[in-house]
Amino acid sequence: MSAEIVIALAGNPNAGKTTLFNAITGARQHVGNYPGVTVEKKEGLYELEGQRLKIVDLPGTYSLTAYSVEEVVARDFLVKDRPQVVVNIVDAANLERNLYLTCQFCEMNLPLVVALNMVDVAKDRGIAIDAEQLSALLGVPVVPIVARTGTGVEALMREALAMARQGPGPEHPAISYGEDLDSALLSMEAEIAKTPALARLYPGRWLGVKVLEGDQRIVDQVKAAAPDPASRLIEVAETVSRHLDTTMSTTPEAMIADHRYGYIKSILRQGVVSRKFDLDRLYTSDKIDKVLTNRFLGPLIMVGVLLGLYYFTFTYSKAPIAWVGAFFDFLAGQVDRFLADGPLKSLLVSGVIHGVGGVLGFVPLIMLMFFGLAFLEDSGYLARVAFMLDRVFRTFGLHGNSVLAYVLSGGIAGGCAVPGVMATRTLRSHRERMATLLTAPFMNCGAKLPVLAMLIGAFFSEYQTQFMLFSTLLAWAVALLVAKLLRLTILKGDSTPFVMELPPYRFPTFKGLLIHTWEKTWSYIQKAGTVILGVSILLWVMMTYPGLPAGAKAQFAAERQAAVAGVPASVVKAATAPPEEEENQAQVEGTEDPDEHPGLNGAEDQAVADLRAKLDDIDQRQSQTALEHSLAGRTGQALESVSWLPGFDWRVNIALLGGLAAKEVIVSTLGTAYSLGAVNSASSQSLSQTLAEDPHWTPRLALALVVFIMFYAPCVVTVACIVRESGSWRWGLFSVLFNTGFAFALATLVYRLGGMF
Amino acid sequence: MTQIAMRKMKKDQAGTIAAVKVGGELGRRIREMGLVPGTRIVIQGRAPLYDPVAIRVMGGTLTLRNNEADLIEVEIEEGGNAPSQG
Repeated sequence: MSAEIVIALAGNPNAGKTTLFNAITGARQHVGNYPGVTVEKKEGLYELEGQRLKIVDLPGTYSLTAYSVEEVVARDFLVKDRPQVVVNIVDAANLERNLYLTCQFCEMNLPLVVALNMVDVAKDRGIAIDAEQLSALLGVPVVPIVARTGTGVEALMREALAMARQGPGPEHPAISYGEDLDSALLSMEAEIAKTPALARLYPGRWLGVKVLEGDQRIVDQVKAAAPDPASRLIEVAETVSRHLDTTMSTTPEAMIADHRYGYIKSILRQGVVSRKFDLDRLYTSDKIDKVLTNRFLGPLIMVGVLLGLYYFTFTYSKAPIAWVGAFFDFLAGQVDRFLADGPLKSLLVSGVIHGVGGVLGFVPLIMLMFFGLAFLEDSGYLARVAFMLDRVFRTFGLHGNSVLAYVLSGGIAGGCAVPGVMATRTLRSHRERMATLLTAPFMNCGAKLPVLAMLIGAFFSEYQTQFMLFSTLLAWAVALLVAKLLRLTILKGDSTPFVMELPPYRFPTFKGLLIHTWEKTWSYIQKAGTVILGVSILLWVMMTYPGLPAGAKAQFAAERQAAVAGVPASVVKAATAPPEEEENQAQVEGTEDPDEHPGLNGAEDQAVADLRAKLDDIDQRQSQTALEHSLAGRTGQALESVSWLPGFDWRVNIALLGGLAAKEVIVSTLGTAYSLGAVNSASSQSLSQTLAEDPHWTPRLALALVVFIMFYAPCVVTVACIVRESGSWRWGLFSVLFNTGFAFALATLVYRLGGMF
Repeated sequence: MTQIAMRKMKKDQAGTIAAVKVGGELGRRIREMGLVPGTRIVIQGRAPLYDPVAIRVMGGTLTLRNNEADLIEVEIEEGGNAPSQG
């Protein structure tokens, strides 16, 4: 068995590249990133005749210019890693455009095998393609396949293996770009051949073409490798460019594209393609489009589909999320039972188990979201959404596809920014994508809702419904306006060209959907998990240490002694019941069931309840004091020096710090800070009441806090996703600082303006 | 034969691209998708807000924003421009 053979898989988006990759490698895939960029690199294995073949899936591109990261990544891989074979997948029903990329591979003199995909679809459309004729004219093997069913895939791999074994064939015939450019290219090729430093880099003719096209990356590379010959090459390019401009008012770049298509047309005309029907004939897909992109029906159906995706994701994930939650609660309960009280137990329960549980709790949500999204994308509907909404979103410097990220993040109240941020992967252009993923966390996610509901319930209970609608609209307005602001400042630049394909509707393959879903979910668990675990441990440390001073501890112990003193032992025993009962304390207290304590009479029951209340009060005051003394508490107090502006005291500050781990933590932390013991979001009424009665709390403070919570730093999980999706921790830091600053300004405004009435 | 900008074409109108009057990234994107002089196109329709425009070209469908369609000159085919149904 000889060494591994590397086969690159390249082709246009929508040509069926991913389907072919899945058909070849099955589940034996590995997903990573190309060094330094966020473009995914997928690799898989295939075995044939005892030979291991490593298949590398290159990003789908239409061309090999330097304008998009995908194209640069694809061409760098082809040139630097020199795969033994390049399998170029082309869509048989869309051959003309697909061969544009093939021409460029030929020019790079790559060992090429063309996979003619979707011959079945083409046949249905009355298009017959003579693969042998095409192969003869292009000078490369052409294998007809149907990637969806796997037909012809083995023949394709045999052809690729044969090519890898015999080595690349003769050079491909050069495409003529017209007299002027051809003669310029000849002199450039000669210059390059004389300069080993350049000849080593790229095939001469391709390099010449790139210099003529004015490809900045290649020009810089050439300049760095050999400055003198480089200047001569550029001189040639400039001369012919001026000549073309004066004689035909065109550019070399335009001329090259025109000639490539001319060459393709001439090939196809030589008996390669025969059509039974008119080229303008409308196919099923076009008829579907007449309805789905109809001026009136289209938007209605789109709203329905987006709502459907939303309900699908959030409804069906509820039960599995609860299972995951129950499992971690069980785990926490076990640790609680078998470990002695102390820092280790507290770290395991509050830091590790809750941290890991928090990460894994999102998994069902993410899986369903990616499944739904993959369905929309693979079916071709997503491109229609972008088509219909582009006009609206372009106004704010975004892209039609931005709507998905917004909707999932909570554009319909109750989403989650984690799948929302990850959904920005469907955006191909960098600036629009960054603006979308930085503003999507402004939406009202499901974790913010209980916090908002608690505050609104306390101060504006009669307007609760109106308020929820208002806050959703406010979130949209703020997200869109901030996106516009970002696009005018740090993400400045023209909108990326919208020239886009509307691929024919296809029914996605189930296998493809599953692989896609699993892959994305696993990468979330791996990458986000480690970061979040670290941060949740850090937050635990901040809220636990340095703990109570010895004096205070002794004082609480003394209070407890005093409470127990003089009370019968049986009552003390019942009041300090085992943990299971303590957990359900609220319930037990409310519905005191005499059968539960058969040995006790009514008077004793009362005594037990009294003592329990007393002890609870001491516990709660102790936790409050401990929190006040902790790092977080001190930070909260230190922050009062600025947080007086929007009216927040140290208690609110700690709760907001806790909210960085997860927004729902705000409620429970506020509960502790107001010494209410364990308050969970479901039973937050007592907290609501306490706040409503507290003189420090006014409606304007509640409103300022609502605004702040809606827009301040995203939770750690989201930040970890932003870091991962943007490929840089700087954007994560930016979103924390910018959002907090922005929310602070807005909250201050609300609080101070509110004070004027 | 009349030459007009693609933006001004009506639904179902057909024509042959005469010139693409833009360079740089946008020009290259337009050309590499097959919108080069000599290519025949048919306007398939417009998005609900009249922008972008969807066109049929070489048996597939492409979308362009109106301000991008402005840069493409098309030689209009006279009469008989309704696509065959089937």
